[in-house]
Amino acid sequence: MKRNLLLGLAATALCAGALAQKSAADGIAEYRKMLEDGNPADLYEAKGEELWKKARGPKNVSLQACDLGQGPGVVKGAFVTLPRYFADTGRVQDLEDRLVTCMVTLQGLNGAEIVKTPFGKGEMANVTALATYVAAQSRGLRFNLPQNHAQERESYEVGKRAFFFRGGSHDFSCASCHGEEGKRIRLQDLPNLTKNPGDGIGFAAWPAYRVSNGQMWGMQLRLNDCYRQQRFPYPGFASEVTIALGTYLGVNAKGAESIAPAIKR
Amino acid sequence: MHMKPTLIAVCSGAVLLAGCASSPSPAELDAKAQQVIKASFRDQGIAKTDRLNQDLAQKACSSDKPPADAVADQIKADALYSVKWPTGGRYIGDWKAGEKLAQSGRGMTWTDESADTSANGGNCYNCHQLDKAEISYGTIGPSLWNYGKTRAVTDPSSAVSAPIVQYTWVKLWNSNAYAACSNMPRFGHQGLLNEKQIADLMALLLDPKSPVNQ
Repeated sequence: MKRNLLLGLAATALCAGALAQKSAADGIAEYRKMLEDGNPADLYEAKGEELWKKARGPKNVSLQACDLGQGPGVVKGAFVTLPRYFADTGRVQDLEDRLVTCMVTLQGLNGAEIVKTPFGKGEMANVTALATYVAAQSRGLRFNLPQNHAQERESYEVGKRAFFFRGGSHDFSCASCHGEEGKRIRLQDLPNLTKNPGDGIGFAAWPAYRVSNGQMWGMQLRLNDCYRQQRFPYPGFASEVTIALGTYLGVNAKGAESIAPAIKR
Repeated sequence: MHMKPTLIAVCSGAVLLAGCASSPSPAELDAKAQQVIKASFRDQGIAKTDRLNQDLAQKACSSDKPPADAVADQIKADALYSVKWPTGGRYIGDWKAGEKLAQSGRGMTWTDESADTSANGGNCYNCHQLDKAEISYGTIGPSLWNYGKTRAVTDPSSAVSAPIVQYTWVKLWNSNAYAACSNMPRFGHQGLLNEKQIADLMALLLDPKSPVNQ
């Protein structure tokens, strides 16, 4: 199945390339459209819903009392307002960080262990499935992160600075690839993330299912792999820099319609 | 006398809640961002946290605004001074090896085993068009199709070609020499590619037999 999809992509790209450069991107857009009919993210969404409702952990309770910013248990609309400040933890949190908080406080799971777990394994895979479920409940809604609290405004400013921070062996920053309109790496279009890049683009598309590696990626893994390709050292899961970047991208995406969970090449 | 301490008390209480009247200054936010970045990363494989220690160019080019002219001039001058010229004047290598390097985007990530130059690619097609037969190219940098041909290089070893050959060597060795905040990695200066690899990329760009110049 996956092999066929990849062959399809190659064929689509080749055909499109034979016509003209512009058509290569069109061909890939067509291919993506084709994939949307059967997005494997649906499976992760279903798994996440089950995990949300199931009594688990040492305390054997569900996450249905988890407060994602809209009040205990309110899932719809939460995703498009995150990251935001939470009074109980006294800090700005993104969706995945907040889910871990609820797994610790409600279910009695070990948060320090969860954040150390590699992506795709054990409870970390559960966090991704839960994030997929929560994001899906805001599909079609528009991003509108709060910026009322001083820490939310500070998170934005720190995120902006992190976005432009150059370092590493290749002198890259986030802005090297995502600071201008209409650029590509190879055939991959790069959204300009210093402003609202449009409905369902950039921050408004993750979590997403990656066809190329058959994995479900939340925003934390998306940022983690960006930093890997930037040749930076390893950002901790839910580290402050990743949450600040989320605030910067999320606030910039104000008004953009969420299509998460999306499907990507 | 009586009012002043009260005001201070009210204000510092409010700081905790909403930042009082004044938000943090840009300098305070800069310091906070530095602290957050330092605290958020750890070593992984060959990618160590010392990669966050910025040199002058990285620091000056870490904003949505370009550096002041004097700073930009300093960066360019330092970069030009840093350039190591090829041993024995061997500027031009093998374009076929250059094409292979140009295709490879590998190297220096925390999933790469070795930081040796032999493990690194040139990443060229990620950002540039080169050989027109390769349709999968990026657009962050300008098209380099016909790079040598449009610059009238018919023999890269000739005296008349020397200025463009040397310019290109500098660009590949330390791109900051011509643009203080260039998006292009400093391949020689940062030890990403060795002299031979850079000479091979030079051939891809300048050799009249290279597919780039057809």
